[in-house]
Amino acid sequence: MEWETVIGLEVHVSLSTKSKLFSGSSTEFGAAPNTQANIFDCALPGTLPVFNEGALRMAVRFGVAIGAEIGKRSVFDRKNYFYPDLPKGYQVTQLDFPTVGKGALTVTLSDGSEKVIGVTRAHIEENAGKSLHEEFHGMSGIDLNRAGEPLLEIVSEPEITSAEEAVAYLKKLHTIIRYLDISDAIMAQGSMRCDVNVSIRPVGDTELGTRTEIKNINSFRFVEKAIISEVQRQQEILEDGGRIIQETRRYNADKDETTSMRSKEVANDYRYFPEPDLLPVVIDDEYIAAVKAQLPELPDARRSRFAEEYALSEYDAGVLVSSRELAEYYEIVASQSGDAKLAANWVSQDLLGLLNKNNWELADSPIQAERLAMLITRIKDNTISGKIAKTVFETMLEDESDVDTIIENKGLKQVTDSGEIEKFVDEVISNNPDQVQQYKDGKQQVIGFLVGQCMQLSKGKANPAQVNELLREKMQ
Amino acid sequence: MALDKSEVEKIAHLARLHVSDSEAEGVTTRIKDILALIDQMQSVDTESVEPLAHPLDVVQRLRIDEVTEENQRESLQKLAPASEDGLYLVPKVLE
Repeated sequence: MEWETVIGLEVHVSLSTKSKLFSGSSTEFGAAPNTQANIFDCALPGTLPVFNEGALRMAVRFGVAIGAEIGKRSVFDRKNYFYPDLPKGYQVTQLDFPTVGKGALTVTLSDGSEKVIGVTRAHIEENAGKSLHEEFHGMSGIDLNRAGEPLLEIVSEPEITSAEEAVAYLKKLHTIIRYLDISDAIMAQGSMRCDVNVSIRPVGDTELGTRTEIKNINSFRFVEKAIISEVQRQQEILEDGGRIIQETRRYNADKDETTSMRSKEVANDYRYFPEPDLLPVVIDDEYIAAVKAQLPELPDARRSRFAEEYALSEYDAGVLVSSRELAEYYEIVASQSGDAKLAANWVSQDLLGLLNKNNWELADSPIQAERLAMLITRIKDNTISGKIAKTVFETMLEDESDVDTIIENKGLKQVTDSGEIEKFVDEVISNNPDQVQQYKDGKQQVIGFLVGQCMQLSKGKANPAQVNELLREKMQ
Repeated sequence: MALDKSEVEKIAHLARLHVSDSEAEGVTTRIKDILALIDQMQSVDTESVEPLAHPLDVVQRLRIDEVTEENQRESLQKLAPASEDGLYLVPKVLE
């Protein structure tokens, strides 16, 4: 039987406000346990929430960026459950009237096609604290620093049909969030988390199959692998005549499989009701317009501009705008070197290759945009050849001197002096009589070999165009 | 609306309340009374009425995003039954 996959994603993003969602406690990362948890965060009786405008603005900023309907009147609700890292006994969230309503993202797939994936909603809610389960004489330790930090939960429509689409959607979301500067969105650190709802059904069926939810996956790659393995599992069960149990599962990366996380004997019943301690949040058109006016250039717009302004292919432009930092880096290199095409090649190949090889973020790169621009400038003005430039690039990783100093110290300057080049050419001609004869007999492509010999002799420093010209002249 | 003992037990469990057998009957009756009131309200035609999240016609005041709180860990942990290394200690909970 042919099956099709239906995936919906719930992404939690930790909003980078200075203070918590409902209290003035700091949200700074890495503080000593419970030093950023005040009487409200600890849920002492009598304390009341006061809503943080910064979190609201960030949510609206996300909403307008994806062209979503903005809830002009949003309402907070209580989601009730007991867990020690949730001191109030309920999480404040938005159930029926979220701040961000329907919107959409456009993703580009590996075959170059584009797909629009709907966003159902995005609501503001508070984070829980952390439980530590080891080394406390059989007790659990609770750190409430994270309790009450603002989250934006972004829910997709069940319109994703493969692991590849799911990852493309997540990456696009990640890029937009980083452009908007509303979260670090680092999956490995938990500031972006992903729950995946997966079901399969026979091709052509209109009704959805029973879904499972895979919780808390912490990398793009694991999202992809978890979906592939879960789809496989469901397919095997259904083909054996079994049925899927609706449940929460966990992805085990070591075994590359999902395992059941919670038995559902007592189904979760969160008994939502409107949060009586908070009033409805009302915003007007003016507020939304002001947020919109402050939007930065977003990835899709920037990609089109790069393609046009710098005459790049859509693909190359897409690579360069994949992160805001990279796009800004590229623009510095392109404008300072004056060669957008060469800059694009160096940034998307040499620089990104370097980052990938070392598993670095752009900020870790020892080569800043200004230095790379200077390197390209020196290629353009014939101080060095493109090949020597690779050597200079390697040197720049360890040597912080400026490009000109490196070229000077290493004696890498391109030889453009025709007298010197003539010496190399003469020597190569006298050392390779056979090839010279072949050239004279009309075998034009031998020139490549002879140029190569000259370049070797000059240790790569001779200007190849000049060598080529002089060789042809001398062998006529 | 019908309500049996097992449902009362379930609701009590969700709220982490202990309801003894001798209390169960009285609690069931009281919840039934509340449900009857809700049934009565449900029967009212509210077709043209906007859902109400709050009885007062006021909106939420917003707080500027700034840190206004200081570390009060020491005084707060004096209130807790157990703490260690800055953490509040609670009976072990594992999923």
